[in-house]
Amino acid sequence: MNAQAPALRDPRLNRPEPFTPRDGGFFQRDHSIHPPAHAPGYKSSVLRSPRQALLSIENSVSEITGPVFGHNDLGPLDNDLIRNYAKDGDPVGERIIVHGRVLDETGRGVPNTLVEFWQANAGGRYRHRKDTYLAPIDPNFGGCGRALTDDTGYYYFRTVKPGPYPWRNFVNSWRPAHIHFSVFGSGFAQRLITQMYFEGDPLIPVCPILTTIPDKDALDRLVAPLDLNASTPFDSLAYRFDIVLRGQRSTYFENRTEGN
Amino acid sequence: MPQPFNYLKETASQTAGPYVHIGLIPAMAGFDIFDKNFSNVLVTPNTLGEHITLEGKVIDGSGTVLRDVLLEIWQANAAGHYNHPADRSASALDEDFRGWGRAGSDFESGLVTFETIKPGAIIDRAGRKCAPYVNIWIVARGINIGLNTRLYFSDEEAANAADPVLNLVEPPVRRKTLIAARSERAGKIVYSFMVNLQGPDETVFFDV
Repeated sequence: MNAQAPALRDPRLNRPEPFTPRDGGFFQRDHSIHPPAHAPGYKSSVLRSPRQALLSIENSVSEITGPVFGHNDLGPLDNDLIRNYAKDGDPVGERIIVHGRVLDETGRGVPNTLVEFWQANAGGRYRHRKDTYLAPIDPNFGGCGRALTDDTGYYYFRTVKPGPYPWRNFVNSWRPAHIHFSVFGSGFAQRLITQMYFEGDPLIPVCPILTTIPDKDALDRLVAPLDLNASTPFDSLAYRFDIVLRGQRSTYFENRTEGN
Repeated sequence: MPQPFNYLKETASQTAGPYVHIGLIPAMAGFDIFDKNFSNVLVTPNTLGEHITLEGKVIDGSGTVLRDVLLEIWQANAAGHYNHPADRSASALDEDFRGWGRAGSDFESGLVTFETIKPGAIIDRAGRKCAPYVNIWIVARGINIGLNTRLYFSDEEAANAADPVLNLVEPPVRRKTLIAARSERAGKIVYSFMVNLQGPDETVFFDV
């Protein structure tokens, strides 16, 4: 058995503090809230989805650990998409702040974790060599950034609101405005990529990618509400987006698994 | 009525989409934005252990190579220790090895490569010795939730035969989908792997 710190071995000392590593493995993932691999309405999932069942395995040390990032991995403008690619002025578009917390399923903030985000510009065009949409590139907008959460799991960044764009699924499929998010958490089993949408967007209920999610509440949780309280008057509106990663069990007793 | 649970629900996954490179590997999208970039090179010249190249492709259900896929790997160092505070094993930490890297597939060939070291064996939570392995996480357009798999090494035959996770794979014929083949090329050690998303040789994917 791996040696454990005394504080974790004794449940009386195992207080739910954000910095206390809890290495009991993560809560089992609830697949009923995630999109299935094979979702025919999203056509490219048809050939890219496994047909065999996933093999469920207990978390080992390789799942409860994951990469650790620090402020020296980031640059000073990494969370400011208004400025981090500006060449001769600000990008065109609605100036917004996106902020929120990264939490786990027990409601605790996930501190010092890396959050990365990328998006199209205000016209729905990505700065990517493979994007051929006729809407123009914005010379002052790159479209990506990243931030580390603070001690309470809080993150924020500034950007312009992305535009919707067409894509080849059905002939007339359009993505709602969205920002892609990538989040690490403390263990590799928490690794998650998702997309944030904007409150009130009428493209949300007809999007073949968003509607791969079978659970209406889970879908709604990807929609960021307008947060007027966090806006900056005469400068930027704000949207609030909290991200929940899998919770982690405490190790009250060190039971051995069956057969050992 | 019993008391209600107050657990939150995990945020639902969504595909990384075709332009995942913008956020995670901007140089591949065609522009330079960050001062410091993450990469597929996990090693410095000082990293301890046998320096190796992992080289693979991801194949869809029609046998076509994915050219817009992104892989991340997470592994222990040469002593079998993960660079993370929750690894409390006695094995030694290597300051020159974070243990994590990411790579996009080449837009033409679909080839994915990592420069890393061969990990040491770890002990699982039940105290059993595992064969050396690398965790792989795969995202791309058309993949709604990141796929977890593992890479084991062809020259660890005895350890693989005793590995507690490989032995859970049924039918046993599917175990070979997790084993990368060792070869030597121009003095470098290369392990080649193939990830089949679908079909008769479908790779084993894990719900971790």
